[in-house]
Amino acid sequence: MGLLRNLIEQLEKLDSKPSSASTAKNRLQILVSQSRRDASAPDYMPRLRSELLEVIKKYVQVNDEAVKVNFEKDKDGIQEVLDIQIALPDKN
Amino acid sequence: MTEIIVVTSGKGGVGKTTSSASLACGLAKAGKKTVVIDFDVGLRNLDLIMGCERRVVYDFVNVVHGEASLKQALIKDKRFDNLFVLAASQTRDKDALTKEGVEKVLNDLAAEGFDFILCDSPAGIEKGAFLAMYYADRAVVVVNPEVSSVRDSDRILGLLASKTKKAEDGERIIEHLLLTRYNPARVEKGEMLSIADVEEILGLKVVGVVPESPEVLQSSNSGNPVILDEASDAGQAYTDAVARILGEERPMRFTTVEKKSFFSKMFGG
Repeated sequence: MGLLRNLIEQLEKLDSKPSSASTAKNRLQILVSQSRRDASAPDYMPRLRSELLEVIKKYVQVNDEAVKVNFEKDKDGIQEVLDIQIALPDKN
Repeated sequence: MTEIIVVTSGKGGVGKTTSSASLACGLAKAGKKTVVIDFDVGLRNLDLIMGCERRVVYDFVNVVHGEASLKQALIKDKRFDNLFVLAASQTRDKDALTKEGVEKVLNDLAAEGFDFILCDSPAGIEKGAFLAMYYADRAVVVVNPEVSSVRDSDRILGLLASKTKKAEDGERIIEHLLLTRYNPARVEKGEMLSIADVEEILGLKVVGVVPESPEVLQSSNSGNPVILDEASDAGQAYTDAVARILGEERPMRFTTVEKKSFFSKMFGG
């Protein structure tokens, strides 16, 4: 009887959607990697971002989320890159 | 040499004070002269968990402000000769503690020959939590297998690596995770983050895993830290954690579901 129940449990596992624990893990991994990147970024990042936004707004109508500034280090931690993305509004 | 250990977590209610009390008793039992300090000014609770609430006359803030001597404020534990408690103030607010004041008390305790000073941090990341971690040599980050606790632990690990004296001096605090309220049966069902999940997310190994168990509440009800309940799983898990902090290698226990044998199923073992 125990054997049969085990078999049913195993089959149920194969069939089921991802467990809530694995969902939790995925969500946390994204959050933690983001916060660790933010923590290593220079202090001037938020100010830089808002000033860039001001300048761009003089020329193009963009919303507040249009400017993304990311600070990245390469694998060896030597080369530092400031990755700036500006999303322009749709033409139509 | 005195070692300062902060017990911290960011999130409240994960078991900081419970763990501080048990680790302090465990270190004392292992023969180390130990003092445990409640940094939660305004919300004193360590005295209750340690079972010495009726013997608090002077507190940590009184010592910092020179209103009482260290000797007057240290409460000697009734179970261990080499264990002392320094209670938090119940009436003052968190600004009653200063960096210089805390440093002086820690130096005076070191001069008294303490082997370990445990700092029981308040929840949050405000002044009390900051002061509890600032002078630490080692940190025990108490974490539950639950999303908000894990995220807050990551935040605390970031602060330990940047806002402490060791970090400012270009050194590193020794960091440990202490996983509490662990329920192997729920992990097996995929309902709870596993030890490996938490270790992987935070990039740090656990120094102990304390299973969720009814004895923890029973112990705090009676003011006897759960580590003194040698028959309980939680108590034994804390004993193992203390041994690991002292450098011993021990395998993890109570981390898998006990498969009941035919015999115990039949007779309710």
